[in-house]
Amino acid sequence: MDNPLLARYAECIFWLARSVERAENLARILEVNETFSRDRSGSHNWLSIVQLHTDEEAFFKKHAAASAENVIGFYLADADNLSSIVSALTNARENARTLRPLVSTEMWVQLNITYNRAIAIAPEELAPGNLSRLLTEIKEACQTFTGITEGTFYRDQAWWFYQLGRYIERADQTTRLLDNKYYILTKAAGPDAPIEVGQWHAVLRSASGYHAFRRIHSSDLTPARVAAFLLFNPAFPRSVHLCLREVQNALTELKSRYVLRGGNDVAEGLDQLRAILGSRSIEEVIAGGLHEFIDFIQRYLIAITDRLSAAFFGLEPAADRGARAFGDFPPLGYSSQMQT
Amino acid sequence: MDGFLLDGYDPQGFYCEMLRCADNARLQDRLARMPVADFKRRAAGAEQALYNLGITFTVYSDSDAIDRILPFDAIPRVISAAEWAHIERGVIQRVTALNLLLDDLYHEQKILRDHVIPADLVLGNANFRPEMRGVAVRHKAYVNICGTDIIRDRDGTFRVLEDNARTPSGVSYVIENRHTMLRSFPDLLDGIGLRGIDDYGMQLVAAMRTIAPAGCDDPQIVLLSPGIHNSAYFEHVFLAREMGVPLVEGRDLAVEDDRVYMRTIGGPRRVDVIYRRINDDFLDPEAFRPNSQLGVAGLMRAYYAGNVALANAIGTGVADDKAVYAYMPRVIRYYLDEAPVLANVETNICREPESLSYTLDHLDELVVKPVGEAGGYGITIGPKASRAELDECRAKLLADPANYVSQPCIDLSVAPTLVNDGVKPRHVDLRPFAITGSTTWVLPGGLTRVALREGSLVVNSSQGGGSKDTWVLG
Repeated sequence: MDNPLLARYAECIFWLARSVERAENLARILEVNETFSRDRSGSHNWLSIVQLHTDEEAFFKKHAAASAENVIGFYLADADNLSSIVSALTNARENARTLRPLVSTEMWVQLNITYNRAIAIAPEELAPGNLSRLLTEIKEACQTFTGITEGTFYRDQAWWFYQLGRYIERADQTTRLLDNKYYILTKAAGPDAPIEVGQWHAVLRSASGYHAFRRIHSSDLTPARVAAFLLFNPAFPRSVHLCLREVQNALTELKSRYVLRGGNDVAEGLDQLRAILGSRSIEEVIAGGLHEFIDFIQRYLIAITDRLSAAFFGLEPAADRGARAFGDFPPLGYSSQMQT
Repeated sequence: MDGFLLDGYDPQGFYCEMLRCADNARLQDRLARMPVADFKRRAAGAEQALYNLGITFTVYSDSDAIDRILPFDAIPRVISAAEWAHIERGVIQRVTALNLLLDDLYHEQKILRDHVIPADLVLGNANFRPEMRGVAVRHKAYVNICGTDIIRDRDGTFRVLEDNARTPSGVSYVIENRHTMLRSFPDLLDGIGLRGIDDYGMQLVAAMRTIAPAGCDDPQIVLLSPGIHNSAYFEHVFLAREMGVPLVEGRDLAVEDDRVYMRTIGGPRRVDVIYRRINDDFLDPEAFRPNSQLGVAGLMRAYYAGNVALANAIGTGVADDKAVYAYMPRVIRYYLDEAPVLANVETNICREPESLSYTLDHLDELVVKPVGEAGGYGITIGPKASRAELDECRAKLLADPANYVSQPCIDLSVAPTLVNDGVKPRHVDLRPFAITGSTTWVLPGGLTRVALREGSLVVNSSQGGGSKDTWVLG
């Protein structure tokens, strides 16, 4: 007899994967900002991280200025901040606690240790000389979890929900990183400002894409090429293109192996999104507005998540989602917008 | 803290499970050569591993949820083959009698008509479920999982202190404690010839299959838990994994046309057997507490219709009641025509006037227990109570005598236990676990709880108790 997967577990696995992926990405962004990303005056641009997560309101409620200390504290160790590393790991661990009948003991232990480490972060570990080590430790703890999961998690329906969560979150994080840095480094700097090569290297490093980028573009770094790499590269494990391919693969496996009726609309939405991504050159995207394009992708990912929830997690559509109907994909009319 | 583990160990006149156990020379010898410092270091490592593994219960305060491990003492408690044969026989006899009693109480009530147990004691008992009258239970197996609390007195006589016939917990610690010993002290176990305890989950599944609704060839079994906020959640996880069945909460289940379904990613799936770790009261808001968020509306309709089996059955609480307990030796004789293999602790039922006056006259010698409480709450231990505590106990007894029983204070047996200032005798009990489907099987050994505080007789985890690995030799 096959082992049925509870709808509630599918939801927990999905969010467990997203939380760990989110914690890892946050650690990457903070670490790279700390280590590499100095502008010409030698200071770090910490405000951009707050903007990256559209947390300005929550952040400035607590802090007067986006100093290194404030931003790091807010995103690393502040349990009240729902988008902090500690919150992401707490969320992952609470989901894992529910999922203990399903996940391997090694997965649970790794997450438990990581969580206990994160809640015990001492103030002095956030100091400039120590921060990098702490962030590396957190990133590696998340990667260890991912590796343990790969090596121990039984490959049934739950595994594919894990993959769905992991790659949707990763695609989302990559678009956020690109959106924010692109804005700061091009638009905000003005059209005639020189290209900040060091800053663009930092963008690539925070996505672990620096060396891979160098291999295909050994001499010439332009913002457009970095954007194209992060969006469209078919081989880079954090590109939106590759993540969506993995999402589609997971959904196909899930539906065909386990004969699930739900989720056809998710599959159709994914097809459409991938088609749009595949039919644009980076020049066209930039001409039409990179931010608008990324915003479109992000809204699409939210709609995909909503529809997954409706199809598999047994969740009723949320009553109040503003003007947008539940799970609606953004209008495909996007392409005509871009021509103008 | 130099020296070896058993240097200067003195059981202080109590019956010692380690020193007086037959066939135990090898373990004693190994412990006697074990340096205390080495043992302490390894024991600390073992506790850290339990914490990292999340083998914890959760204590909720106002603002925090704190995960605690059940303190683990690495010096095992040993039971000889002959002692175990006796305990096992006694537990099977006891569970058999409990099931016969429940079947009778919910059908013909012969035992009441024959005045072996006072009828009002049963019929007026809050744990008696009139809804169960006439309901057929397969194999008459009401108590599918039973935990029998057994103590040993100063002479080494095993006595049953309490039957736990509702949702007894603790078996996960039995198995995890063994795994801990295997990881941290393989040299102590090597070649000793212990009875294995690894097939508990399989035995449980086998029993659940025998109680599935008739005609159900490949039953879907689930374990029903109150959820992650329950202090025993780890055990629920453990059992679901050992059984290989889904761990569900009430919100995952729904009843339609008197059949139980669980919500899966592929839609509703039939459920045939529920090992529930939720008390009767909370199981079905339609039938019992209307405000229960933990249960499943309509579950009892499905149960009465014979479309789903529950383990344990509804209404078993009347059999493990502390007042009914006093009658268990007579219950065993009544149904089985046998002498009890395991004696009771002599019990005074305070609802009876002569027992009440005896209790009041000997308050400073007796243990007084409320009949309804679990977890060691509300107990007054006469010899250890202050004047004020005795007065308070007396007032409670006089106000509501039917709510209390009293028992002589037993000098529980001890086992050598590692504490801050070395290895000292600490009082222990034993909770073997019996699984009953069409037959009864007892997990070799069981949970040994140890009262870690010096002189304490209370072994409950909520009251400063810990546990030990339990070794059945041969």
